[in-house]
Amino acid sequence: MTASGTISKGLFRGFNLRQKTILLTSFISLLLIAIVASNFFIDNRSMSTDFESKNLAPSFDHPFGTDWMGRDMFIRTLGGLGLSIMIGAIASTISTILSIILGLLSSVGKIEDSFVSWLVDVFLSIPHLLLIILISIGLGGGATGVIMGVAFTHWTSLTRIVRAEIKQLKTQGYIQVSRNFGKSKWWIAVKHFMPHLIPQFILGTILMFPHAILHEASVTFLGFGLSPHEPAIGIILSESMRYLSAGYWWLAFFPGLSLLIVVLSFDMIGENLDKLMNPKKAHE
Amino acid sequence: MRLREFKPSVTIFFWKLYSADVLRKYDLKFNGRAKMKHRKFGIFIGKKIIRLLILLMVVCIASFWLIEQSPIDPVRAYIGEMSIQPEQRALLEEYWGVNTPSHEKFFNWAKNLLNGDFGVSLIYRMPVTHVIKERFTASLILMASSWLLSGVVGFILGIIAGMNSGSLIDKAIKTYCYVLIATPTFWLALILLLVFSVYLGWFPVGLSVPIGLTAEEVTLFDRIQHLILPTLTLSVLGVAQIAMFTREKLIEVLSSDYVLFAKARGEKGLDLVLRHGVRNVALPAITLQFLGFSELFGGAVLVEQVFSYPGIGQATVAAGLRSDVPLLLGIVLVSTVFVFLGNLIADIIYEFIDPRIKQQEATQ
Repeated sequence: MTASGTISKGLFRGFNLRQKTILLTSFISLLLIAIVASNFFIDNRSMSTDFESKNLAPSFDHPFGTDWMGRDMFIRTLGGLGLSIMIGAIASTISTILSIILGLLSSVGKIEDSFVSWLVDVFLSIPHLLLIILISIGLGGGATGVIMGVAFTHWTSLTRIVRAEIKQLKTQGYIQVSRNFGKSKWWIAVKHFMPHLIPQFILGTILMFPHAILHEASVTFLGFGLSPHEPAIGIILSESMRYLSAGYWWLAFFPGLSLLIVVLSFDMIGENLDKLMNPKKAHE
Repeated sequence: MRLREFKPSVTIFFWKLYSADVLRKYDLKFNGRAKMKHRKFGIFIGKKIIRLLILLMVVCIASFWLIEQSPIDPVRAYIGEMSIQPEQRALLEEYWGVNTPSHEKFFNWAKNLLNGDFGVSLIYRMPVTHVIKERFTASLILMASSWLLSGVVGFILGIIAGMNSGSLIDKAIKTYCYVLIATPTFWLALILLLVFSVYLGWFPVGLSVPIGLTAEEVTLFDRIQHLILPTLTLSVLGVAQIAMFTREKLIEVLSSDYVLFAKARGEKGLDLVLRHGVRNVALPAITLQFLGFSELFGGAVLVEQVFSYPGIGQATVAAGLRSDVPLLLGIVLVSTVFVFLGNLIADIIYEFIDPRIKQQEATQ
């Protein structure tokens, strides 16, 4: 909504709304891919400590400044963002797979359906952050703990959507016909429901991304999960807390701002894709 | 004449009979209805209590199982960095039940829970119930004030945006909400801390009371001053959700037939929105606000960590990081009840207070 509003004039004149949306989406995607790709080109030299240039304010050499060990904050931030995006990708993929399985399971029968909705209720009844902490402790912490913690708690909303969608699909005539032909419930679920739901899954995964990234950053910020020498955004920010009263504002400001931009980009991609794929929203 | 004099009294007599009858009938009907309503409410609450009990049981089993899976060493958590003799270690291992089977440990814990004994916190060295009570009270002040603030500000912003949908104000509020939803809570807290405490020096850097004062010396002003920044941070995030929701709902209401009719009668502007919009939007918005207890708790954990505010969130992080299993499990249970209460209130508003649903029942 906001995206199309802001680009309807100026730079993108001469394109129609659909083309503009596609252009903007691909541009943002490219940016995100570049962030992840840049991680493979960062060599250890630039991550190393350099005590001659410690605690420098932002300048042309160090756009995000340097920290108390002389490490360049720009490169650390890039590394952290790449890590966040990758963890988010793994976690939201697992979450989506979980919600596919549970959503389809709920279509099989009444008992299965009430079991799935009960499970959703149980997962929503513990505060989200606390549940992630609990799961990551249960799995022994570390990167696996965080990824699994995030993955096992984000499937609820997509499962609900899938369940509602299937309920609606079930009333369709061709499902009745298929049932009368004697097809099994599982067969109908896989052959008839799945094709309808694939766009939902793609979209659901992308829209899950921002939440996953934010939760990953929060949990690492609190000190669970990734080890302190990884350049995760959460760790960078929690380290920066010690230097705030010394006035080194850049240690906290830029990494957090970049995280915010990444999260917003995923939001925008998700919404634009929704507009492109969902015929109901195509005219907005 | 006599007849005439007599007649009214007869009429009055009969009227009295009749009215008593009517009154009795009415009374019966009224009481019956009230009774039915009470009964319905009773059944509703009863069902909810059963649900809560089942939920708590499941949460107990699941969280205990999760903790059992983890490679936490309770002895190490208890002694911290101290070095001890092997014999002492064996004693402690027996005390914490390292070698007892899991199910036995679980039943022991559950039995104690039923007696109201949550165990002893390893890091605070006092009963878990005591720690939770103290910490939760501190957090409740923080959560309640930011909950109220975010509700009121969010609702007003939503109404303003919805009233002027499509205008510049609307776009500004919408963008603001979009950005806020994507903002990491703890980063916002850090930035506010940086600006208001470090640079401007308006507010203290952390804690809930000044350092180096006894409890009697701390004034109400001190407490409030320490509360402002955390409350502000926590409420800023709640604002976005409620504002977006109110906006959508108000736009929906304003495009309804009865608003069109009201406009045709000549109502317009703020008056129209207050009469027909706000009344319709308020209840769903309040309901939504009650459903947000889970997010509120999560936000409180992060905010308390940044501002070193000694509340339940900080205790949660400490318990998790330093493997204080009894405290962590206690907090999980208490927070589950907390979230459940929020959902329960939302359900009650939806089922029993919303006048539209009452009306539906009356016509049925």
